[in-house]
Amino acid sequence: MYRIGIDVGGTNTDAVVMDGNKLVLGVKSPTTEDVTSGIVASLSQVLKESEISADQISAVMIGTTHFTNAVVERRRLSKTAAVRLCLPAAECLPPMVDWPDDIRDTVGGHYWMAKGGNEFDGREISSIDEDELRGIADEIGKMGIDTIAISSIFSPVNGEMEQKARAVLAERLPDANFTLSSEIGRLGILERENAAIMNASLRRLSAETVEAFGKALQSAGLNCPCFITQNDGTLMGSEFVKAYPVLTFASGPTNSMRGASFLTGEQDAVVVDIGGTSTDVGSIIKGFPRQASTSVDIGGVRTNFRMPDVFSIALGGGSIVEPDEPVTVGPKSVGYRIHSEGLLFGGKTLTTTDVAVGLGFAEIGDAEPAKKLGSERLSAICDVIDEMVVNAVERMRVSPEKIPVLAVGGGSILVRDKVGELPVVKPENFAVANAVGAAIGQISGEVDRIFSLEKVSRDEALESARKKATEKAISAGAKPESIEILDQEDVPLAYLPGNATRIRLKVVGDLDG
Amino acid sequence: MDSLRQVGEQELEAIEVGAGILGTGGGGNPYIGKLRCREELRRGRRIDVIPLQELDDDALVVSLGGIGAPVVGVEKIEQGEECLRALQALEQELDQKIDATISSEIGGANSMEPMLTAAQAGIPVVDGDGMGRAFPEMQMCTWSIYGHKSSPSAMADEKGNVVVFRNTVSEVWLEKLARASVVAMGAAAGIALAPMRGEFIKKYAVPDTITQAWSLGKAVFSAHDQHLDPISAILEHEDGRLLMTAKIVDLKRHLKGGFAVGEVKVEGFGNYQGQSGLIDLQNEFLVFRRDGQMEVCVPDLIVVLDSDTGMPITTELLRYGQRIAILALPCHDLLRSPEALDVIGPAAFGYPDLVYSPLPRRNHAGGIQ
Repeated sequence: MYRIGIDVGGTNTDAVVMDGNKLVLGVKSPTTEDVTSGIVASLSQVLKESEISADQISAVMIGTTHFTNAVVERRRLSKTAAVRLCLPAAECLPPMVDWPDDIRDTVGGHYWMAKGGNEFDGREISSIDEDELRGIADEIGKMGIDTIAISSIFSPVNGEMEQKARAVLAERLPDANFTLSSEIGRLGILERENAAIMNASLRRLSAETVEAFGKALQSAGLNCPCFITQNDGTLMGSEFVKAYPVLTFASGPTNSMRGASFLTGEQDAVVVDIGGTSTDVGSIIKGFPRQASTSVDIGGVRTNFRMPDVFSIALGGGSIVEPDEPVTVGPKSVGYRIHSEGLLFGGKTLTTTDVAVGLGFAEIGDAEPAKKLGSERLSAICDVIDEMVVNAVERMRVSPEKIPVLAVGGGSILVRDKVGELPVVKPENFAVANAVGAAIGQISGEVDRIFSLEKVSRDEALESARKKATEKAISAGAKPESIEILDQEDVPLAYLPGNATRIRLKVVGDLDG
Repeated sequence: MDSLRQVGEQELEAIEVGAGILGTGGGGNPYIGKLRCREELRRGRRIDVIPLQELDDDALVVSLGGIGAPVVGVEKIEQGEECLRALQALEQELDQKIDATISSEIGGANSMEPMLTAAQAGIPVVDGDGMGRAFPEMQMCTWSIYGHKSSPSAMADEKGNVVVFRNTVSEVWLEKLARASVVAMGAAAGIALAPMRGEFIKKYAVPDTITQAWSLGKAVFSAHDQHLDPISAILEHEDGRLLMTAKIVDLKRHLKGGFAVGEVKVEGFGNYQGQSGLIDLQNEFLVFRRDGQMEVCVPDLIVVLDSDTGMPITTELLRYGQRIAILALPCHDLLRSPEALDVIGPAAFGYPDLVYSPLPRRNHAGGIQ
């Protein structure tokens, strides 16, 4: 059986067919306004060119920026009711307090704060008041809102209050859909709540999109299950995506890094993705991107999603070069206009690609105009480019080991066989690394909570976290016997008694079936 | 430098960044405090700042702030008037009106709470603080060092509980009792310490630190706007020196007595290629060694910034592979006296063998004093 991976990018929709762990074929076709017809086109093309029949495909994995774009562009977001269980705490900063006005207006800005919430050690701040919640349900109903996000203080430690509140609200609002913050984010009430509200507001779009993807598969003659990739490089089934669309945010860079890792067979490496205008540098550990530990801004809203840690610099194949001392490279770039403006294509602008071609790193266009600068000048420029790449790579390198640098993207001709002391590996098919990253997705489960190490040992706490994460992975569709720990982190917390420790643990396993 | 007389939304943004830098790796994140101040401003309240020298000698000034675990503070946000209730409890206990608030710690989150409470109470906040930076314990501030006794003090939680410490036999005992109460209160509460007279504050507060945080933040913003190096801007502004640009090559952190302690090993790059450095931390950065030799230690400020953006990196956000700039900023002379060094010098943090030698200050003409 085969798998198909699809990456819906801003410009191109790429599709690859994988035979187990082997890349059979990759194709590119333009992304369309309606997204679906672009997917249908690339699916049909990849099936046709690989001469594989539709019934031999076991699954399709799609990576998409659809939901991120909806937030960034403030389009197609549903009116959402935010209900926070917290009183009397947190009254001073109501839900959406730190949102930009335009996106708050788009989702309606309606919120309620109610009694509830937990302390760090699990005690109740106050008990849930069901009558209060019923009153809130009636108000939400009167406003005609059917999308609700519920948050509660310390719900990552204990999610029961959010679940109870959902049950009470659902009695009065049977048709509403609910997003619970404990199912989405980590500690940090504002960031987690923001993510929950954003998720809620995307659910209608998500349901429509999942349905459209299903139809696209059908049009291409495919009846297999469809998965969407989430930002940690693992997969979500259709029903899961409908419920948690925000988890797809930033899956693009993740897929590209994972694809690069897969194509080269390197599990621990720095990935350098050089485009036309900029270079993204990230780190992969055991084949997965290292996550950023700071809060992440999406469309101006602070969240604490699991996002890959990517460092970007203004260096690309189209970066404009000033050849005289002091040599400068970028930040301006001719971008996709390199085909008319680059010296090598008869244009007037000296770009990094001209320099690479002039030095003979690649054979594209006409090398002669660049060669006129003389090899000494070209080498001096090349040194500047090298230094930019070395600095970015050193910044993202996670260990003193001499791990390889994986160079992907159209501009990867700019790097040679070494970045500083690190060897460079350039995979074939680097142009479809994203789609490959989607196709190789696995299933994950994660736990992030505070444990008191007074009554249990650290090992026991880790074991309990591992069990919980494993259960989550299995319920999301992972093969139990394939599950292993991807990463774990325990951070002791200052000023708390009982050796409180925050444990984050993630497991992954292969897709069952 | 003109002193800041009123804090508006723009000033808050700059104070947030400046307070983060002065937090020397600890002090908690001022982000939530900033949002709370902003909400007060949007409700029509004012944050008035009063310079030290304008305080009446008889004025009663209360230092107050949040107490608890920073990680709890980002989850269980305050109800909003905890410190105000604590301040009112003191007024009731003493039957006297409080005239102004002051921060005990300008570095980090506690830069914000006194501004907030001042706005709520309709009184000004004093331009100054008790550390000029951040330290892990309450009694490590100038007023405690120079003899102010913090009882009576009052603590309040979000639920309406108020605890008044009518008498505590020492500052350390107050810290102990307050820590025990704050755990019962869910590890986040507001505390207001016994009022001080204007006369005392004028002598012993680290002066002008709200203005300092504000203009430090402004210097960083303006460096960004003009694409200048924010690190040079900070150094120039704070009369500091660049110790090293370096990369983190090892990181150890563990818990000891409720504090996050650890060490950061770095290797120099750029002009510092070939050098190694070691930073010890205990919530804040304490000691910097170059190639094994101690070079800077508490109470002078050791600041770690992202080497590209100039933004401060707190001890919790340190990670292997980060490229950082390590800066030393001179602390105020009030922190350098023998009685101050007993409380906040290297020996007080468990380094009996280290001898503090004050980081020299340059005068504005550029020479060394």
